[in-house]
Amino acid sequence: MRYAETGFNLEVDLSRGNIERVETDPEDTELYLGGLGTNAKLIWDRVPPEVEAFDPENLLIFGAGMLCGTPATGCNRTIVTTVSPQTKLMAFSMMGGFWAPELKYAGYDKVVLRGKSPELVYLWINNDTVELRDASHLAGKGATETGEIIRQELNEPKAQVAAIGLAGENRVYFASIEQGRSSASRGGIGAVMGDKGLKAIAVRGTKDLNVADPLKFMELSQEVLEYIQFRNDNPIPGVMPILAGLGSPQEMKVHDEKWHTENFMWGNSRLRRKGFWSDEVEREWTETMDSMRTRLISCYNCPMTCGATISPPGRPTYMMKCFSKLTYTMAAMSDLEFGLGIAQAATEYGVDGFSAPQVMAFALELLEEGILTDEDFPGMPEDNEGRFFWLLDAIVKREGIGDILANGTYWAAQEIGGGAEEFAHNNIKKHEQLPLKLSMLNPIYFLMYATGEKINITQIEGQFPQAPFPKREQREEFVKDWLQVPDDRFKQYFLDWEPRGEYSIPYYPTVEMCCDIVDWQEKMHYIDDALGMCAGLSSFPLKPPYHIHNYPQFIEAGAGFDMDEEKLTQAVKRYRTLVRANNTRRGMRRRDEKPPENHWKKRFPELEKELLDTYYQFKGWNEDGIPTKETLQELELDYIYEDFVARGILSDGEDTPSQAATADQQ
Amino acid sequence: MADEKKTKTIKTIKVNADLCNGCRACEMICSAFHAEPKYSSNNPERSRIRVIREPLRDQYVPVYAGEYAGAECAGRDKYVIDGKEYDECAFCRASCPSRDLFKEPDSGLPLKCDMCEGEEEPLCVKWCLVDALTYEEREEEVDEEEEESVEEMEIGLESLAEKYGLSKIMETVARMSAEKKG
Repeated sequence: MRYAETGFNLEVDLSRGNIERVETDPEDTELYLGGLGTNAKLIWDRVPPEVEAFDPENLLIFGAGMLCGTPATGCNRTIVTTVSPQTKLMAFSMMGGFWAPELKYAGYDKVVLRGKSPELVYLWINNDTVELRDASHLAGKGATETGEIIRQELNEPKAQVAAIGLAGENRVYFASIEQGRSSASRGGIGAVMGDKGLKAIAVRGTKDLNVADPLKFMELSQEVLEYIQFRNDNPIPGVMPILAGLGSPQEMKVHDEKWHTENFMWGNSRLRRKGFWSDEVEREWTETMDSMRTRLISCYNCPMTCGATISPPGRPTYMMKCFSKLTYTMAAMSDLEFGLGIAQAATEYGVDGFSAPQVMAFALELLEEGILTDEDFPGMPEDNEGRFFWLLDAIVKREGIGDILANGTYWAAQEIGGGAEEFAHNNIKKHEQLPLKLSMLNPIYFLMYATGEKINITQIEGQFPQAPFPKREQREEFVKDWLQVPDDRFKQYFLDWEPRGEYSIPYYPTVEMCCDIVDWQEKMHYIDDALGMCAGLSSFPLKPPYHIHNYPQFIEAGAGFDMDEEKLTQAVKRYRTLVRANNTRRGMRRRDEKPPENHWKKRFPELEKELLDTYYQFKGWNEDGIPTKETLQELELDYIYEDFVARGILSDGEDTPSQAATADQQ
Repeated sequence: MADEKKTKTIKTIKVNADLCNGCRACEMICSAFHAEPKYSSNNPERSRIRVIREPLRDQYVPVYAGEYAGAECAGRDKYVIDGKEYDECAFCRASCPSRDLFKEPDSGLPLKCDMCEGEEEPLCVKWCLVDALTYEEREEEVDEEEEESVEEMEIGLESLAEKYGLSKIMETVARMSAEKKG
């Protein structure tokens, strides 16, 4: 008997219409946990680097986290893994909502899709009955709309539906998969779903999900709930409101947007507008939010109300989360009313709320610069907001210039040429980033930006305060009940960290400390991604209820195998290395691991080199960012070492890359 | 004797639908508490409280299971509250033939909220940190002796009796126990 997990995956061959229920190996769960960990293993085993995003052999994996559906509060994430058309690397994007627990209750841990359906279909999972159904009537329908139609035609109001909109159908490189109030948006995984001819997956489950040690698991869950209550009652003093509490940044709740609007960049990540946040703007935006927001809402089994139901005038109601509140507003240099309106269209089309607005602002910059001309934008309205709606339509429908822009700023710039590359200036590994341009290099963030393979800063940062607290007394106060640190040395790093002087960035925290801090931050995200825990209750906020000290107990009481901090740390290191190995095999090297050139004004090339060198070593990777023989063997990943040698990525007996591997690819 | 007043503790879960965030923690914990052994599994389908949700119409109504009803209602009323149209079933606590709520998924037998007997308050209330559910107790004077609390199995048996008749059930039980012995 399996606990926490169901022990079964659904294997769906879309080319042949074949569906199988496959028992999984419990040993894999112990080695790689679930969710991202076992997803990464499937990609390694079955998607060699020759397979590209839109090849039928590419897998699209919907993996419910290992503890999803158990009583653990906030454990509801689906980890979607495939090869990204945009980065050409292994993409893993997460969504909360209600889908993963429902899949567990239906009796499955993952849905593994391969092949391509000749006709547009959707998958209907109703406990043991699983079928592919015609979706021709859903072609072109919005993602949310699709969910509603499917629930109605199946007469299953309680079915949970993950669907793509038109963007996914048209293989837009930043297409998302939408599901109720959540979406898996990064990396263009919606495009892979569209390429496979799969419009949606609807799931309904009415089976029991077991845990191994019920009383212990309940005790742990109860403690978490009490700690959440405690943290809700005791926000952290001295940090901005969205960082004081738990959950995803409380964008739907907090009206004060001074920090975002004055510190993040507007337009194509260009313009910083200091002094923007006036009383008048605050009044106007508060009014907008209050008039459109009908309710604060949550994902499955979570008390944090991070999302909201939004009803913009003249548009259908939709559900919004987090920072897409401002990305369209700021890219278009407009106001919140515009932002909340266009986000409705964007949600139905199913596009990533970070990339899409930036791509549109990029296009308009190229027009302004004369690299693109009016002829490229036939029929585009004169007014700024109208232009954004027009561009969104053109991109999602892949019409005219929209067909090029639909590949994201990196690939569009390559195709447009004529200096357009300079304007695709905010990418890492070909993927659009948060619009931030800052002054002084931050060594911790440098490492996170450079080496993060989720390629989204919010999915690696967290736990450690983003900036030092001005006074030592404040820092002492902060570390007093900082029980989440893996070791007390982290408290010392923070206590000594000053806003200026000898103990300030970029040289403090020291290179070694930065490696230690980043490794901890990343580790917590990777644990969350395997267990299906929302980062908002774990890796992202300060002082979260889940941490390295209670996670092993959750795993032990939940899944029923022995776990302690050391074993968990080793498991995380194993599948984190496996993710890297997948990307190493796909050609990712040190040269790809860099933040945008203009991310900071003041750069320190020597320090940056030292940071990266030291961090690679810390992680057990060689100077090119490739996991070494020693590391792979220590993690029981010998099969990766053998593959690396066979491919000439590592040469036999040595850790240095062979010449073939260092030669620039592409 | 018949005129003598007695006080009775009325246990109530007060539902503030305006505060519901739709997370369904109540369903999860209810089903876990009532699992055998306790907390060994959970399955919202077994829950005695369900959130009737229509997110896009902003309808969130937590309803906890009441009496078993053997027959469907003759007509269905509609309620409009704050401009939102609700089916009357959205507020109904009955386990009844017209919908799939409050039935054991395996047997189809009806479920009924027992206020988590033995706990200081119903667990759905405890787990509802947004306070959509609150627990209230009040003393009320009643005319008659308090009814004997009905055993859980009896609720199921009563519904079976209503459907098949008591003699049919007795025959079946007799046959089953004979088969088991044989």
